[in-house]
Amino acid sequence: MTPPGVNAKDFSDALKQFEGAVGKEWVFTSDEDVALYRDAYSPFWGEPEERVASAAVAPDTVEQVQAVMKTANEYKIPVYPISTGKNLGYGGSAPNLSGSVVLDLKRMNRVLNVDERDHSALVEPGVSYFDLYRYIQERKLKVWVDVPDPGWGSPVGNALDHGGGYLQPMYRNHFDSHCGMEVVLANGDLLRTGMGAMPGAKTWQQYKFGFGPWVDGMFSQSNFGVVTKMGLWLMPQPDAYLTGTVTAPKYDDLIPMIDILTFLENSGVSNGMPGLGSPILGGFMMPQRSPEVTALLEKEGVASPALHKYAEDKGVPFWSCTVKFYGPEKAIRAQWEYAQEKFSAIPGAKFKDDEFYKLPLTPEQFNKVHKPEFGIPSLEMFSIGARSPYNPTPTNGHIWFSPIIPRTGEAVLEANKVFSQAAKDFGLPLLSFSLPSTYWMRSFIFLFGFPISHDIPTNKKNREIFKQVIRVAAEHGWGEYRTAPAFQDAVMDTYSFNNHALLRFHETVKDAVDPNGIISAGRYGIWPKHLRGTKA
Amino acid sequence: MKRIGTGLWVLACLALAGQAFGADEATIRQGEKVFDYWCATCHGQGLPGTIALRTKYNGAKPAMLSERTDLTPPVTKIFVRKGVSIMPFFRKTEIGDSDLNALAAYLARNNKAPGGSVP
Repeated sequence: MTPPGVNAKDFSDALKQFEGAVGKEWVFTSDEDVALYRDAYSPFWGEPEERVASAAVAPDTVEQVQAVMKTANEYKIPVYPISTGKNLGYGGSAPNLSGSVVLDLKRMNRVLNVDERDHSALVEPGVSYFDLYRYIQERKLKVWVDVPDPGWGSPVGNALDHGGGYLQPMYRNHFDSHCGMEVVLANGDLLRTGMGAMPGAKTWQQYKFGFGPWVDGMFSQSNFGVVTKMGLWLMPQPDAYLTGTVTAPKYDDLIPMIDILTFLENSGVSNGMPGLGSPILGGFMMPQRSPEVTALLEKEGVASPALHKYAEDKGVPFWSCTVKFYGPEKAIRAQWEYAQEKFSAIPGAKFKDDEFYKLPLTPEQFNKVHKPEFGIPSLEMFSIGARSPYNPTPTNGHIWFSPIIPRTGEAVLEANKVFSQAAKDFGLPLLSFSLPSTYWMRSFIFLFGFPISHDIPTNKKNREIFKQVIRVAAEHGWGEYRTAPAFQDAVMDTYSFNNHALLRFHETVKDAVDPNGIISAGRYGIWPKHLRGTKA
Repeated sequence: MKRIGTGLWVLACLALAGQAFGADEATIRQGEKVFDYWCATCHGQGLPGTIALRTKYNGAKPAMLSERTDLTPPVTKIFVRKGVSIMPFFRKTEIGDSDLNALAAYLARNNKAPGGSVP
C-alpha cells in the first residue's frame, strides 16, 4: 500500500530518508510488521474500510522526529503520531486515514525529570503510566501520578486525548494537569509552549501560560503538531485516605444528593472521585438486583411509582453516594463529618464509614484496593471485558460511547430515560440504569461500551447504532468528549453552532500550520484541504 | 557396554528434553524480565489474564502463564503478535523480536517435551 496521493517512487524515496533518520530497523514496511499497527478494537475489523497504515517509523529523539517530519512534508506523506498506541476503545495505534505512515513514538520513553519538591514531571510520549510509576517508586519519591484505569497508556497521549483518572480534581483531568509542551510542527520546526518558549526558563512545568495566547489546547484532540515532551503536575502523597457512603431513600433524592456533592467538591471539601450508586437497582459494586425490581423496571422503567413504593416498603435506599477524601487524618475526618451535615438535608439520609487508610498502603491493602485511586497503574479494569466466570464468551474488544452530561440529578434521570428509549428503539440490550463513570469538577461523563466483534455484520449494525446514539445525544445537548476515529466526523458534526464555526476555525488553523495536510488527516474530524468534503 | 550405551542415550535424551527449546539461561532470564514488564501486569496472580485462563481451562492447565508446562515458542509468538480476545497484539517497538524470542524461551522453560526446536 502507498499513502493516498503519493506515487510509489516518492514513497520509496521518503522511506529511504526515514531509514536514514531513524535507522533501517525502525522503519516498518512488511505486511507482518505493519499489521501490528491495526486497531485491535477496530469497529471495521476485516472490512475494506478498516483504517490501516502503509508503514511505520519509530524515531528515538526529537531531532529524529524533526527529520521525519521534514521528509514527510517534502513528499506530502500523511503521518499519524502515536505515543504508546494503547488508546484502545478510542482508536488504538491505527490512523484515521488509511495509507498514513504511523509515527510511533514508543521508543521516546524517557522520564526526563520528576521534581519531588514541587510535584511535577517532564516526560516523553513513549513513557507509560507504569514506567513513570516505577521511576517514582525506585527513587522513593513521595508523589502520585493520576492514572486512568488501564495503566499501559501514555501520560502524554492520555492528556492529549482528554483522558482522566481518580485523584484530586486538579489532577483528575489529565489535560488540565499538564504544564508545558514541546511540539514538532509539520515542517519540522520545534516549538515549546508556555514558559518553555523562553530560553533558559525556570518555570516550564510550573506556569502554564507564558506570555500571549495559550496554544496548548490546539495540540490536543487535533492534528496540528507532534508533541514530543510534556510537563505533568503530580499529587503530593497524602497522609491518609477516607471514604464514607451516604444513602438516600427516594427516587427524587438523586437531585439534592448530586447538588450537595457538587457543592462539596467545588468547595474543596471532598476531593476524591466520588461514586454514585443505587442499592435498589443494583449494578457494579452494588447488591444484586431482585427479580421483583427487574420485573418492575422492565414494565414501567426507573420512574415507576410501583418501583419507588417497593423500595420504600423494603427499606432499601434508592441512591448511594460514596464520598472520598485525601489529606491529613484530622482534616479528612472533619471533612467527612461536614459532608454528613450537608447530606443530612435529605430526609432519611443515612451514613456509613467505609475505608480509612494511613498512607502509603500496606502490602495487604495494596492488593485489595482499586489501584488508580492510589495513583497506582494497573490493568485490572480489563477483568470487566476479559473471559471470566461472569463473561465466559468475551468479545474482541469494545468502543466507548461517552457523552458529557450536566452534573445534576435531573440530567442523570433524563439521560437514562433517553438512552433507555434509544436502546429499545435500536435493539440494544436494555440499559438498567447508568450512573456517571467519570466525575469532572463541572460535568459528568457517561460511559457505554459497545462490543467489538470479528463478525462483520454485527460490527456494521453496531456502527449504525453508535451513530444514531450520537445523534440522539446531541439532540438533547449531550456531546461526546472523545471517540474512536470511525465516529470522529459524526461527533464533530454535532458541534455545529453557527454553521460549524468551530470546525471551520479548526480547518483555517490546519491549513495555516500544516498546509500540506500531513499530520493525522481526519483526526477529530479535522481534514486537510485536499481531503475535505470527501471524508466527512 | 550395550547397557551403558543405552543409559547414556537415555541421559542424553533427558538432557535434550530439559533443554527442549534450546534456550540458554541468559535468554530465559531476559525473557523473565520481558514477562515481568509486559505480561505480569495482566497475567500475574489474580489479574484479568490469569482469571481468563483459569476460566478457559478450568483447572486442566495452570492459570498462571508463567507456570505453564505446555507452551512452545511458536505459540507464545502467535499470541503476542496476533492477540486474543480483548488482549491486543504488541508492536515491535514494544516487544522487539529479540525480546519476544527471550519471552518465548522463558515461557517454554518448563516444557520438557522432546523434539521441540526454536523456530
